Amino acid sequence: MTRTMKPASADRSADATVDVALTVNGETVRRTVSVRMLLSDFLRHELGLTGTHVGCEHGVCGCCTVLIDGKPGRACLTLAAQANGYSIRTIESVAAADGTLHPVQQAFKECHGLQCGYCTPGMVMNIVGRFEEPQALDLSDDGIRELLSGNLCRCTGYLNIIAAVRRAAELLGRT
Amino acid sequence: MSTRMFGARVERNVDPKLLRGEGAFVDDIPLPEALHVAFLRSPHARARMRGLDAAAAMRHPGVVAIYTCDDIGALDVEMPLLIPHPSMTNPQTQRPLARGDVHYVGQTIAMVVAVDRYTAEDAAAMIEVDYDPLPVEMDLEKALLDGAPPVHAAVPNNLAAHFVQTSGDPEGAFRGAEHVTRITVQVDRSTAAPMECRAVAARWDAVSGELTVWDGTQAPISVRGGLASVFQLDEDKVRVIAPDVGGGFGQKVLLFYPDELLVPMAAMRLGRPVKYIEDRRENFIGSSQERTQIHTIELAALKTGEVIGLRDVFLHDTGAFIPYGIAVAQVASTSIAGPYRIPNIFVEFKAVYTPTVQVTPYRGCGRPQACFAIERAMDQLAEELGLDRFEIRRRNLIGENQFPYEREGLLFADGLKVTLDSGQYARALGMAAAEVGAGDFTAAQAKALSEGRYLGLGLACYVEGTGLGPYEGGHVKIHPITGKVYVNTGLSNQGQGHDTVFAQIVADQLGVSPQDVIVVEGDTKAFDWGVATFASRAAVVSGNAIHKTAITVRNKVLQAAANMLDVDIDSIELRDSAAWVKGSNRFVPLAAIATASNPLRYAFNKAAQAATQFAPASKHDGPPLAEGQAPGLEATDYYSPSQSTWAYGVHAAIIEVDPGLCTVKIRKYVCIHDCGNMINPMIVEGQVLGGIAQGIGGALYEHLDYQPDGNLANASLMDFLVPYATEIPNISILHLETPSPLNPLGVKGVGEAGCIAVGAVIASGVEDALRSLGAPKFHHVPLSPDMISGALAQAGH
Repeated sequence: MTRTMKPASADRSADATVDVALTVNGETVRRTVSVRMLLSDFLRHELGLTGTHVGCEHGVCGCCTVLIDGKPGRACLTLAAQANGYSIRTIESVAAADGTLHPVQQAFKECHGLQCGYCTPGMVMNIVGRFEEPQALDLSDDGIRELLSGNLCRCTGYLNIIAAVRRAAELLGRT
Repeated sequence: MSTRMFGARVERNVDPKLLRGEGAFVDDIPLPEALHVAFLRSPHARARMRGLDAAAAMRHPGVVAIYTCDDIGALDVEMPLLIPHPSMTNPQTQRPLARGDVHYVGQTIAMVVAVDRYTAEDAAAMIEVDYDPLPVEMDLEKALLDGAPPVHAAVPNNLAAHFVQTSGDPEGAFRGAEHVTRITVQVDRSTAAPMECRAVAARWDAVSGELTVWDGTQAPISVRGGLASVFQLDEDKVRVIAPDVGGGFGQKVLLFYPDELLVPMAAMRLGRPVKYIEDRRENFIGSSQERTQIHTIELAALKTGEVIGLRDVFLHDTGAFIPYGIAVAQVASTSIAGPYRIPNIFVEFKAVYTPTVQVTPYRGCGRPQACFAIERAMDQLAEELGLDRFEIRRRNLIGENQFPYEREGLLFADGLKVTLDSGQYARALGMAAAEVGAGDFTAAQAKALSEGRYLGLGLACYVEGTGLGPYEGGHVKIHPITGKVYVNTGLSNQGQGHDTVFAQIVADQLGVSPQDVIVVEGDTKAFDWGVATFASRAAVVSGNAIHKTAITVRNKVLQAAANMLDVDIDSIELRDSAAWVKGSNRFVPLAAIATASNPLRYAFNKAAQAATQFAPASKHDGPPLAEGQAPGLEATDYYSPSQSTWAYGVHAAIIEVDPGLCTVKIRKYVCIHDCGNMINPMIVEGQVLGGIAQGIGGALYEHLDYQPDGNLANASLMDFLVPYATEIPNISILHLETPSPLNPLGVKGVGEAGCIAVGAVIASGVEDALRSLGAPKFHHVPLSPDMISGALAQAGH
């Protein structure tokens, strides 16, 4: 292969852009982005927070779940422009700064609640969000199934994730 | 560490990284200035392309390149037929980009490279193609008839392969039968649907002449070999990395998907990194699928229920191409007799082209279909002979003293005679009956019926040939500074926990904690001899290779430690990352032994200085490194299995059917499972549970809905129903551990086990639940509410 000339990097999409300012994991972020950029792509590729995964881009699998002003939401069904002014939390904010796992993460590890780990950040964000809500959670088998019913997992068969939610409740003193 | 790690429920080394969102999947790899790919795909199942106009798309701002079959040079050829077999006539494989004809909806026609994926998709939609649509036949049976529209003009009757195998004297058995039962069963098309779709990224370094490809593949070494060959590069100049991979289940092992060739090509031509991240729709219409088979199975029996002969004739849907040969159908045909003696077998299949996505192995690889056929037939035979369903199986199971049990004349996917090596089949069946409550069930069923509830008991047995060869390797090295142990093998990992189970194997030999064993795989620069992760083979083949290698390193450690401590080798024991003189407090750390085993030892740290205080690690005269000696504590070895080792299990369930709503609820699910010695029961259970969940999907929900025109109507997770937590019941798993006599660790594979029996269990249970209503049999999965409704209507309800 002979060396090819590097093309001019002037190539740009024709998309209209918009300025956004939002809070991500506690930091204020300002960027100019395409008006149609998904929040998931914004987090992953503009900010380099690749822990938020994309499994379907039609809001079914839940891999991209982040907390939007504290509530679990789909980053793949949200435009970056829509997130303007909001506070977003991603999986990167969940463990302590020294890497110590959050009780929900610790529970997943103890209960073998993950295999390939692709759905895991979305699962964890959903569960963390639900535990942060003030009202008591229904921690019966069916209650936890309902809590998890917005997230697909293809590896685990869910039972260890159900166990992890219960274990997390113990670790968080929420039983 | 003096506690044995093999067999312990060790938490996984990989988890903290994945839980913190620090995994590195292909699309997470930072590649500055990367360009992005979108494909133009065929909207027709069959069509002739009269022309293609990409001029407008090329002018679209942000588009860098567009490739059609005319622009890809030497890549414009049919991709490899991976497993040739004489049963195939004129086998068809796909070109990276369609030339002339298209053969299924989703086939790649052109590749757009642009500054971002959004722009690439826009441009792909702007390419004008003039199609001349051709007729299609989607029905498997009709596709074989004379005059059916061909998927390939050169293949008459759409017949891709025709194969017959015989064991014993099936004709004689049927002549001597006192009773013959016969059913036709069908399993529908499904897909693996890994949560991470497929992904490929490539970077060409023109300075070093090196091509680096990140590929979410199950087979990085094979991809490397293929790319080196296609691009005429030295193999050493091509590095393929399968980083973290978000599930595979067989779908990520095909060689090649078009993108696996075209993305590296574009990176080399354009001099910029290029990535293709498959989206979910593309995964549905472009990545391999499996399952559709229609079996007509006959059992020749004696009045006692003993089955003396089996005849199975089936159709196998191979999709539009047959890159994997007859693998799926061959596995189905050789697994058809399950765990039963059945000495006389006739199996015949025809593989049929249909204008759909190509079929290659998906978790189970033909076994769920074979299990569905034989188990549904056993149920029917039991009913016709007035025998209990457990009892008829008990009377036919291979006995513990009958192993190895050979099926002369049946060749498995490894090309060797089917030989079931070991097991406690009857014990597993007894455990399943007890755990599901079979003894009390008739009474419970009657009581429920009196309350207007319809309960049924379902059961099925299965076997799984696992640990397919030909070989894998292991490399083990103790590092001088840290004393940590690095382990490499030629696999890649899609969530199976290789990093932990292989660490456990090594930990036992070297006396270290599994957390101090670092397993690196999925990178051809780390280890580049080997096959791939599929066929429930990782623990068996790589596990034993690593075990053998670890023993070699252990022996080096013992010899060096004995020299350093100046004692007899037999008085050394390894624990707590050190070599100890038994019964004393004298020890030398592994790091020091590794340091001392290298004739060049800079005193990088105190441990290195300390190593010099001991006697030399090697006692020899002459130069520092003796002839034939290698520096350090390191070894590489390989394991090549003599044949597949057969795991098995029994599943049973209590099913409740609501005849009004035609819904199915699984009230209890029991799995008795034997994969030989378990390296990590926690991980084994995880594999089994995941498999059962996928099996439940296949039994009740997952059905790719191809329309009569060949379009896939449910190419999204909104419409293709993968189970959520709400669809998976609690499951009770009980283990048996019958060591495999075939390998040093006594292990058998487990990756596919869970999914195999589920369809048969559910259908068996639904049938039992509705028996009192006189509903017909359930011989088709996924078993949908409208099938139940139809069956009840047919029975006059």
